[in-house]
Amino acid sequence: MNAPAYNFAYLDEQTKRMIRRAILKAIAIPGYQVPFASREMPMPYGWGTGGVQVTAAILGPQDVLKVIDQGSDDTTNAISIRKFFGKTAGVATTTATNDATVIQTRHRIPEAPLHGGQILVYQVPIPEPLRFLEPRETETRRMHALGEYGLMHVKLYEDIARFGHIATSYAYPVKVNARYVMDPSPTPKFDNPKMDNCPALQLFGAGREKRIYAIPPHTSVVSLDFEDHPFTRYRFDAPCALCGAGDSYLDEIVTDDKGGRMFVCSDTDYCEGRQSAGHRGSESAVPHKERAHG
Amino acid sequence: MYVAVKGGERAIENAHRLLAHERRGDRDVPEVSLAQISEQLSLGVDRVMTEGSLYDRELAALAIKQARGDMIEAIFLVRAFRATLPRFGATESVDTGAMQVRRRISSTFKDIPGGQILGPTFDYTHRLLDPQLAEGFAPEQPMTGEASMAATPRVTDILGRDGLIEPSPEAEADSIVGDLTREPLSFPADRDLRLQNLARADEGFLLALGYSSQRGYGRNHPFTGEIRFGEVEVEFMAEDAGFAVPLGAITLTECQMVNQFKGSATEAPCFTRGYGLAFGQSERKTMSMALVDRSLRARELGEEVVAPAQDEEFVMSHSDNVQATGFVEHLKLPHYVDFQSELGLLRKLRKEFAEAAEVPLMQEAAE
Repeated sequence: MNAPAYNFAYLDEQTKRMIRRAILKAIAIPGYQVPFASREMPMPYGWGTGGVQVTAAILGPQDVLKVIDQGSDDTTNAISIRKFFGKTAGVATTTATNDATVIQTRHRIPEAPLHGGQILVYQVPIPEPLRFLEPRETETRRMHALGEYGLMHVKLYEDIARFGHIATSYAYPVKVNARYVMDPSPTPKFDNPKMDNCPALQLFGAGREKRIYAIPPHTSVVSLDFEDHPFTRYRFDAPCALCGAGDSYLDEIVTDDKGGRMFVCSDTDYCEGRQSAGHRGSESAVPHKERAHG
Repeated sequence: MYVAVKGGERAIENAHRLLAHERRGDRDVPEVSLAQISEQLSLGVDRVMTEGSLYDRELAALAIKQARGDMIEAIFLVRAFRATLPRFGATESVDTGAMQVRRRISSTFKDIPGGQILGPTFDYTHRLLDPQLAEGFAPEQPMTGEASMAATPRVTDILGRDGLIEPSPEAEADSIVGDLTREPLSFPADRDLRLQNLARADEGFLLALGYSSQRGYGRNHPFTGEIRFGEVEVEFMAEDAGFAVPLGAITLTECQMVNQFKGSATEAPCFTRGYGLAFGQSERKTMSMALVDRSLRARELGEEVVAPAQDEEFVMSHSDNVQATGFVEHLKLPHYVDFQSELGLLRKLRKEFAEAAEVPLMQEAAE
C-alpha cells in the first residue's frame, strides 16, 4: 500500500511556493481576490481549509501559533487546527494574543491590539462581497475591475428603507485602500474598525472558493455607509459577567429555560487575562482549565 | 456561578475513540477485509476511485471501510491523499478503441462490427430480493466462449467515416491538458476542464442534471451511440528511453452520446457528441456525464443557454460533492458570534417596531 509521508506543515514545498506567490500578489493589491490552486486538505471544506493553507505556507519553525474560533482558543475546531499544526509542523502554540506570531481565526479579531510583525490569518467561506447580489463569478470580477459598486450601495440603501438600519450585522463590507470592496469574512461588524490601519498583516484564505486576499499593515479599511447613516458597531450593552470588561464583544449564554441570560467575553484569552489581573464580573469564578495546550 | 465551557480537546479524543468503536460494530461479527470490499462491493470502489480521481482499488476499499460505507466521506479521504502526491507527468491518451471489451452496447444500431456484448449488467435482472444471497451462495461459473479477434471499432467512428457526426476535436500535439486540481478554475472553461470537472462530479448531481435535460430543461435529443466497459493500456512517454512505456491496464467505462444535429448555411448538418468516461464499471455516471457534457457545449454550438444543465458556472461550481458537503455541513460548526450580532440587530428592529406601534398617531402627526 502507498503509505503516506508528509512535509513540514503538511503541504509540499511546491504547493507552498504557489500559495506564497498568491499571498505576495494579494499584498501588492490590497483587497483584491487572487485565485489560487487550493488543495484538498485533510479537513473538510468549510472547516477553514483556506486559512489552514495560508498558515501552512507562511509558518516557519520559529513561529508561535494561536488558533481561535468564535474568539475562543477552546472551541473544538480551534483545538483541532492547533493540534494539526502542532503535529505536522511541531511549532510552539499559545493562547496569548500578544505572544503569537501567527494567529489563525474564524469569525473574530482578538480584542487585544495586534502589533507589527504579527500575521492574522482569516478563514473565509465566501470571499466575494458581491456574491449575494450577483451569483456569477464572471460578472463580479468585472464589477471589481471597473470599481462598479453601486449595487452594494443600493442593497445597503434598501436595508435602510425597509428596516431603518443597514441590516448587515456580520461580514459587513469594507473598502480597502480606497479601491476594492472586500468581505472581512463573517466577523461581527463590531470588529471592522480593528482592521483599519492595523500594524499586523492580515491574510484571508478561502479554500473551497480558491481565493486569497490581504490587507497589508497600516492600510485604510473603511466600512461602507452613508453620511446620514454612518457605520455603527454593535455590542450588547453590559459588562462581561466574568471579567467586567465594558469594551469587549460578548457571547450570550442561555443559563436556564426561563429567560435567564448572561453575557461573557467572546475572546477567552482577553477575558482570562483580565481576570488574572484582578478584574471581576458579577458571575466571576476561577476559570476552569482542563489541561494546558501542548 | 458560571464556569465557561471547556474541554474540547478531550471531547475530540473521546469522540474519535467512540467513532472507531462504532465503525467496528459488533466485535463478534468478523471484520470486513479490503479484499472483500474490493471484490464484492466493487461498484462502490469504482465510484470512489472515479470521484476521488485516483485509480487505486486497495486505497479506495480502505477509504470505504474507514468511512463506514459513506461514499462521499470515502471520496474525500481519497482526494485528500491524492492532493499530496507528486506529479510525474501525464500519460499518453488512452485508446478506448483498442479496449479489451467486457461489455459493449449500442442503442443506435441493431448490430455493429465486433457485436453487441451484454456482459455483467443489472439491466435485465428482475429486481426481486434474492434470499439465496443472504449467506453461503456459490454462483454458477459463467459461460465462456472462444475469444473473438474481431476489432470493436467505436460506433461514433463508424458514423464519423460518413461525416454523419461531428469529428472529435483533436488536441494539438504539444498542448498541455488542463488540470483544475493544480490551476484555479476560471470561466468560461474549456472542454478539457469541463470534462475533468464532470469526471470528478457527484454521480447523483450529474444524474439529476442529465435527467432534467431529458425532461425538457435544455433538451438535446440523445441516443446512446455506445457504452463500452473493459481494460485499456496506459502508456507513459519516458523521455530517457525516448518511447512510450506501458504502465499497466486500467478498467474504464466510456459512453458516447449521439445528439441532435446542427448545421448552417455553410456546414452540412451532422450529429453532435456528448462524452462520458469513468474508472471501473460506472454506467450511470458516464451516461449522465455525457448528457451534461453535451448540454454544457451549448455556448460552443451556438445554442441559447436557458437551463441549469447548460450553465457551466452553475454546473461546475456545484458538482463537486466534497466541496458541497463541506460547505453544507460546516453549518454545524459554531456560529454564535455572528448569531449574537444578528440577535442584537433583530432585537433592536423589534423594539423600534413595538415603539412605533404603540404611538401610531404621534408618528403620523410628526410626518
